[in-house]
Amino acid sequence: MQPANLLLLTIVLAMVAYGLGYARSRALAAPLGGVRHLKSLPGYYGVRAAVWCGLPALIILALWAVFEGKVIQMMVIGSLPADVVPDSAGEASLLMSRIQNVANGSLPPAMVDGPVAGAADLLKSLQAQSRTYMTGLVISVALLAGFLGWIRIRPRLNARKQVEAVLRGFFFTCAGVAILTTAGIVFSVAFETFRFFERVPFLEFFFGTSWSPQTALRTDQVAAEGAFGMVPLFTGTLLISAIALLVAVPVGLLSAIYLSEYANKHVRSVAKPLLEMLAGIPTVVYGFFAALTVAPFIADLAPAIGLEASSQSALAAGLVMGIMIIPFVSSLSDDVINAVPQTMRDGSLALGATQSETMVKVIFPAALPGIMGGILLAASRAIGETMIVVMAAGLAANLTANPLETVTTVTVQIVTLLTGDQEFDSAKTLAAFALGAMLFLSTLLLNVVALKIVRKYREQYD
Amino acid sequence: MNTMNPSIAAKAGAGEQEPAIAVPESRPEDTVIEEGKTVGKPFAGDADSPKFKLRNVSVSYGNDRAIKDISLDIRRNEVISFIGPSGCGKTTFLRCLNRMNDSIEICRVTGKLMLDGEDIYQSKKDVVELRARVGMVFQKPNPFPKSIYDNVAYGPKIHGLANRKSELDEIVENSLRKAGLWDEVKDRLDAVATGMSGGQQQRLCIARAIAVSPEVILMDEPCSALDPIATAKVEELISEMSESYTIVIVTHSMQQAARVSHRTAYFHMGHLVEVNETNKVFTAPEHELTESYITGRFG
Repeated sequence: MQPANLLLLTIVLAMVAYGLGYARSRALAAPLGGVRHLKSLPGYYGVRAAVWCGLPALIILALWAVFEGKVIQMMVIGSLPADVVPDSAGEASLLMSRIQNVANGSLPPAMVDGPVAGAADLLKSLQAQSRTYMTGLVISVALLAGFLGWIRIRPRLNARKQVEAVLRGFFFTCAGVAILTTAGIVFSVAFETFRFFERVPFLEFFFGTSWSPQTALRTDQVAAEGAFGMVPLFTGTLLISAIALLVAVPVGLLSAIYLSEYANKHVRSVAKPLLEMLAGIPTVVYGFFAALTVAPFIADLAPAIGLEASSQSALAAGLVMGIMIIPFVSSLSDDVINAVPQTMRDGSLALGATQSETMVKVIFPAALPGIMGGILLAASRAIGETMIVVMAAGLAANLTANPLETVTTVTVQIVTLLTGDQEFDSAKTLAAFALGAMLFLSTLLLNVVALKIVRKYREQYD
Repeated sequence: MNTMNPSIAAKAGAGEQEPAIAVPESRPEDTVIEEGKTVGKPFAGDADSPKFKLRNVSVSYGNDRAIKDISLDIRRNEVISFIGPSGCGKTTFLRCLNRMNDSIEICRVTGKLMLDGEDIYQSKKDVVELRARVGMVFQKPNPFPKSIYDNVAYGPKIHGLANRKSELDEIVENSLRKAGLWDEVKDRLDAVATGMSGGQQQRLCIARAIAVSPEVILMDEPCSALDPIATAKVEELISEMSESYTIVIVTHSMQQAARVSHRTAYFHMGHLVEVNETNKVFTAPEHELTESYITGRFG
């Protein structure tokens, strides 16, 4: 039976076990005088029976599915005569895929050597055997364990506690998956970053002021020596993020103050969702808005006041990105300002302070740590943003502080380094991992700071 | 002004079920209260001009009438306490006196509320000036999360009461002294106020209110979040302050009302049922509802 069908069957069996467990616990309770004489509610006995039936079977199914391929491959390779057995891992996987192609019929057996054809037959029979064993094992385990779980239902059995334990384990597994994934990403990035620093010196990467990662792909190719100084990229990122924050912080904060302190209920109920809708616009839409509308507008406007602007500028990308992150600032600030207790406002108003005095002198200082948290969150969003910058700020790694020039950012360079056909062990591609690691570290730092500030804020009103 | 408008009393009384004062078995909740009718002495004598002159005050939240046609005089330099069961409207009424109800959108206040003969609800009235004259202390101590000094200096600063730092220092010291807090905090004026004990916080809030030199201080259950010792200190303070301020205090504790106030007003379901000298209210109440409440039959 196919693993997917087997999975469905096991689930059906578990559901049946639930029904049987439920019925049995009720039947046991009836002569005692009702469900309240059971240690747990009938539903818990049902779930317990379902867990007994389903869980071991599913674990076996999962393990089988994971290891089946590897074990069969080992057996097939082991059956080959010594002279055909490949010595490198690459060749082994090549040979294995050839055997598989023969086995599933996409390659006629006549086109390969005798041993390979024989291995293909073996593969086929092993796969069929594996299926049979798996089906038999899973179904019998489900039935047997389910029966055991069912027969052991007693009125004094505390099924509730066991079900809670299983659920706790399940939740722990879910949390573990998320944490392990994060750890895996971090480790793979860190590993590649170390490989990058084997090729490019540490100091050049951190303090080099020129970025041109084009290196020769083959030895006979004519190309410049790559330069891997990340300074221009980080300046570009900082410049654009700074412009974005200059737009988003005042606008977001002041609109949050208006919405939370001045607007009446009707305005608030309309304006707040509208403002938050800005966060729902896809960044690529912002990107072409920046590239097709804002950037040309700035390029046209700049000469009028005696400046020179390139058609793609940091200013255009920064302005549009600022608009994009307004909801981050406004929404969080709004929540924080609302969280300041009404008694603070009352206290200030009762002393004869006006609404704006109350806002500036009492509410804002009290909410400041939380507002800072929101701003830092917006900042890490701005640093990580890619699409707008790709479209509106350009690709040239200029080391400049002039917002009217074209600049590039860390994220944009990562994109350009990894698009197209790439070798995965050249300094060029590995540089993407190093940049990614730096970006990750800086946003992590920002997030840690933001979390710290938010935590400090929480202590104030508890 | 000492007599009620008879037409209002007749309209609301509906007259079919006279309250049976003599029969204690009747449930106090069933008593019909005549709207706008208050027994006892709600009004100051004709010779005396009251601090607050309140006539036919009604407050409604949307369609709910929280205060039903209350008329009352509050005399100069008296301590008057508002008592009554929860939800009877005493806090709502108190908050009308410095227009703190303004921030509640659906709240509507009608009637005449005069402070020293001036209508405080007239449209061109400056709320800021009113609140500088009528200070307020809240149920839960609500110091700002600033230093002790800044808490007290907050009001004087926004009203420009001090020209120099030394003047401000003096105001802060005097206010803290009046609130009986100076000796406890003089060495740590820079400490954050939220780190003080509940009783100290509440006295700080009183000092903060005093600092703007108000004429009236409204207190909304100022001791309900405090322990007995802190309560005793605040009550002592109220008695001292009554020499220079008019104090209106809402309280759930009848003992407190008896201890600190000259007059006591009993509220019931939005009605002002009885107002009289405090000892009179607690020894010989005129209205059966007041009697039921102070003898603990409900509340």
